[in-house]
Amino acid sequence: MRKGVMRPGHVQIRVLDMDEAVKHYKDLLGLIEVDRDDQGRVYLKGWTEVDKFSVVLRQADEPGMDFMGFKCLSEEVVDQLRGELAEFGCEVEDVPEGELKDCGRRVRFIAPTGHAFEVFATKKQTGKWGVGNHNPEAWPMGLEGMKATRFDHCLLYGPNLDETLDLFRDVLGFELAEQVIAPDGKRVAQFLTASMKAHDVAFIHHEEPAKFHHASFFLETWQDVLKAADLLSMTDTSIDIGPTRHGLTHGQTIYFFDPSGNRNEVFAGGDYHYPDHEPVTWDAEELGKAIFYHDRALNERFLSVLT
Amino acid sequence: MGEFFQITEQCSGQSFHCKAGQSVLKAMESQGLKCVPVGCRGGGCGFCKVTVLSGDYECGKMSRVHAPEEAQAKGEVLACRIYPLTDLIVECRPQPAATLTPHA
Repeated sequence: MRKGVMRPGHVQIRVLDMDEAVKHYKDLLGLIEVDRDDQGRVYLKGWTEVDKFSVVLRQADEPGMDFMGFKCLSEEVVDQLRGELAEFGCEVEDVPEGELKDCGRRVRFIAPTGHAFEVFATKKQTGKWGVGNHNPEAWPMGLEGMKATRFDHCLLYGPNLDETLDLFRDVLGFELAEQVIAPDGKRVAQFLTASMKAHDVAFIHHEEPAKFHHASFFLETWQDVLKAADLLSMTDTSIDIGPTRHGLTHGQTIYFFDPSGNRNEVFAGGDYHYPDHEPVTWDAEELGKAIFYHDRALNERFLSVLT
Repeated sequence: MGEFFQITEQCSGQSFHCKAGQSVLKAMESQGLKCVPVGCRGGGCGFCKVTVLSGDYECGKMSRVHAPEEAQAKGEVLACRIYPLTDLIVECRPQPAATLTPHA
């Protein structure tokens, strides 16, 4: 049952070198730089996103993800979820308004996989970049690189998938859209949605907690994914795999790395999910095809290269 | 002069050339060798960790989790973020096999 969580609102990513990272996310992915703060963090967004920012970069000694935030319908929803998160047994922290520029208070919690998540309801809305919402043109002039349209989801690695599903489904109102089941019946991957999208956040079982697999950005078409691949070669950017298609969610995809080794994805297409849909199930024996539909085999990096 | 250095990976016995200013991992990949595992190529994931047994090199930025300063001082570094100044002998660390089987 939906509980008022709308969508992924932001992700804060740690980078080793801010100048290199900004060049990557801005010039190559085509995100729009919208602000910087006195901690040196850089705020960006995809051009179709109505809120002021969705990606925050922070320079650190270790790459990875600081936290992922979900935007909720109202402050009342955030209050309600705060209570239920604490009742579930999560460590809950109140982050004051303004800690992220132009963002209201956030409630941060640690999931059983070890990852930090947040729920919030208030963020400055600056509208779709370059087009607004009054007689908007199809797209704005002046986009760079891959012209990523929005921050879409994260895939995260960690333990305790069952408890994490309980948390996201029962407390936060997500649904299980897709899963991978091992021969012994254990769920080893789970793709969760709070919307009609095939995934708003996904988890793969991994013994070490709190690992970051990738942040994903949406493109309009398969042709855009191919052009993204061209741009990666033109800029000699580290490619993981692709262009190809996923079996899970059936999105058309390419994986690559930012200059600090954080994996990114850009993708197009993919399945949709309604609340009455049964979860789509893949057998772990078919994992190669589930992850990379054309190669039908995993590259070793997919399971072990994380930040 | 001094434009190419010879890199030898001790476990496999394989050698390759590395241009000045080029990372050891990139040089290895460009010659079609696989004696060091290739991960993110960005100093983030630790997949290409090696121990430098001899030779001088410069380091780029690496995740401190995978290359803490004490380890880096002992030559435990990421091949994607070292740039040789002389010929190098490196030793690759064996990686645990990845698995999706839950142990819990």
